[in-house]
Amino acid sequence: MLFARFFYGLRSAGVPVSTHNWLALLQALVHGLHGQELRGFYEVARCLLCSSEAHYDAFDRVFAETFRDVDVQRAPMLEALRAWLEDPARHPGLDAQALAALQALDLDALRRELAERLQTQRERHEGGSHWIGTGGTSPFGQGGIHPTGLRLGQGGGKTALAVASARRFADYRRDRVLDTRQIGAALRQLRRMGRRGDSSELDIDATIDASAKQAGDLELRYRPPRKNDMRVLLLMDVGGSMDPSAHLVERLFSAATRSGGFRELRAYYFHNCVYGEVYEDAGFSRAVSTGSLLHLPGVHWTLIIVGDAAMHPSELSMASGRWWAAESGHSGLEWLRTLRGRFARSVWINPDPPQFWNARSLAIIGEIFPMVPLSLEGLEELVASVR
Amino acid sequence: MRQNPGYIVSPELARAVEVAVHLQRPLLLKGEPGTGKTLLAFHLAEQLGAPLQRWQVKSTTKAAEGLYVYDTVRRLHDSRFGDGDVKDIERYMSLGPLGLAFESEARCVVLIDEIDKADPEFPNDLLHELDTMSFTIFETRRTVVAKQRPVVVITSNNEKELPDAFLRRCVFHFIEFPGPDLMAEIVRVHHPDLDRTLVDAALARFFRLRALPGLRKPPSTSELVDWLSALALGGVAPELLASHGLPFAGTLLKTEQDFAIAAKRGR
Repeated sequence: MLFARFFYGLRSAGVPVSTHNWLALLQALVHGLHGQELRGFYEVARCLLCSSEAHYDAFDRVFAETFRDVDVQRAPMLEALRAWLEDPARHPGLDAQALAALQALDLDALRRELAERLQTQRERHEGGSHWIGTGGTSPFGQGGIHPTGLRLGQGGGKTALAVASARRFADYRRDRVLDTRQIGAALRQLRRMGRRGDSSELDIDATIDASAKQAGDLELRYRPPRKNDMRVLLLMDVGGSMDPSAHLVERLFSAATRSGGFRELRAYYFHNCVYGEVYEDAGFSRAVSTGSLLHLPGVHWTLIIVGDAAMHPSELSMASGRWWAAESGHSGLEWLRTLRGRFARSVWINPDPPQFWNARSLAIIGEIFPMVPLSLEGLEELVASVR
Repeated sequence: MRQNPGYIVSPELARAVEVAVHLQRPLLLKGEPGTGKTLLAFHLAEQLGAPLQRWQVKSTTKAAEGLYVYDTVRRLHDSRFGDGDVKDIERYMSLGPLGLAFESEARCVVLIDEIDKADPEFPNDLLHELDTMSFTIFETRRTVVAKQRPVVVITSNNEKELPDAFLRRCVFHFIEFPGPDLMAEIVRVHHPDLDRTLVDAALARFFRLRALPGLRKPPSTSELVDWLSALALGGVAPELLASHGLPFAGTLLKTEQDFAIAAKRGR
């Protein structure tokens, strides 16, 4: 059945539709809220089945796939088409050539063509004479002025399928990379609320207790307000293979400083792998020993390392990035293990899309740190893993 | 939903409102700042002829505050100094926006504005009350039941993810940023008397500006409306906009970096 196909199609496309939403949709249809038209059905279904704009794109795709044939089969439209094709002479203003071309089209061909165009058409379309959309002289779409003025559906706007196929919401998908605000929103989920600072908030329970103990003599008690207690140590890989991701790392950094709202945020840079020293600036001029990071004062630290983790495996076993100098001391791999040991809550963010995660060094580092991509999905994983 | 002359809705949003009102579910609105999420509640109330209860959520807001607040300190104060009838607890209860809407004889529109500002658990704490449209005042055991189910409009700026159980109960709509046609209509509503050539030139310039890659805060509808007022007051000639000038840029762009981007690439 068509609706069951729609339901399971949505679920397998990652739209988390519950039976709860589905029943609400049926209820809405019983109320006739869709106005007995496909466009209305599209609108009603979308506002009840999608709970985030991130699902709009998948919804549009599944809708276009499932109901591709429905719009064409609808009786009134077929009737109109038939009348139109049987008697094109009623429509003045068509030249002989157009008339002949129209007569050559049969219904099945027309239907096939509509399905085909829906399949190939990917962008929103207005005007023109071929694609489906508003205006123009193509036989499909809304508000056409020529040759016949035949309209799909009723009222203004575009058909449901044209709207669904436009895929205007592709930008809101969750697996895409993020802007600063989205990163900030994700980081804010890391909050860990605690009471600290000046006692400026009236503690009613304590006040009542204290006053009761004094036989009703009022004694006001105050307590510190709730604030974020989370501290974040951010280590960022810069230069070399990270150059293409520089803008992403910059966004992450500015999101963390501006809207993270952390109690404390320390950010350092490194190149390729963490060795004995990290740097306060991306130009590597102010060095800080990595060892000192192990003794950061305060509790609730979360370590976030950002890097593509792509390097030659030997660079992990070296003691510094200076491969020409045989230096002694901890290797990069040992430093990573030590950091992981110090920070129970730590995660590695990789700005490369997961399909490129195949360097050997990645597998090694992936064994030490949980690794997530720099996408909304990835940051959600991050929040879940450090909580 | 009838089109309000002061507020332009897309067909999708009109349908979502209709569904929310009919199915008596909260309407959850998301979208870029400046797309009119809050305004919708005001206009909906106006159209339904219903009183509006606005609940502005802040990071410290607790769910219970929307229902009722028990002023213990005043009661304590009164008991100490012998003012008023301390035995009557009801005197120290004041209803929150949701409580007031439940008690109201007329159907209300309740606006829960910027729900994402509060603690992540905040929406969950309201689930039961929104489902049953009733709550009990713990101190007096009085149950407040909605005389008329209010229409609930909730807005979110997406700063935090909302819990799934809460989302399941809502009718959701994401307000897209208006396209050029809809924007022209919106502008006409705000500036009915403005010179058409100026409006067209300003709109074209506005959408070119918004399309610049890397803007930290792309200008929104409300900034466009302000900018048009400035252009009209300043007597700016439309030709100036066509030749890539950006007079009164301060009404559109709000960060230094954006100014730099507009100066570099906006020409």
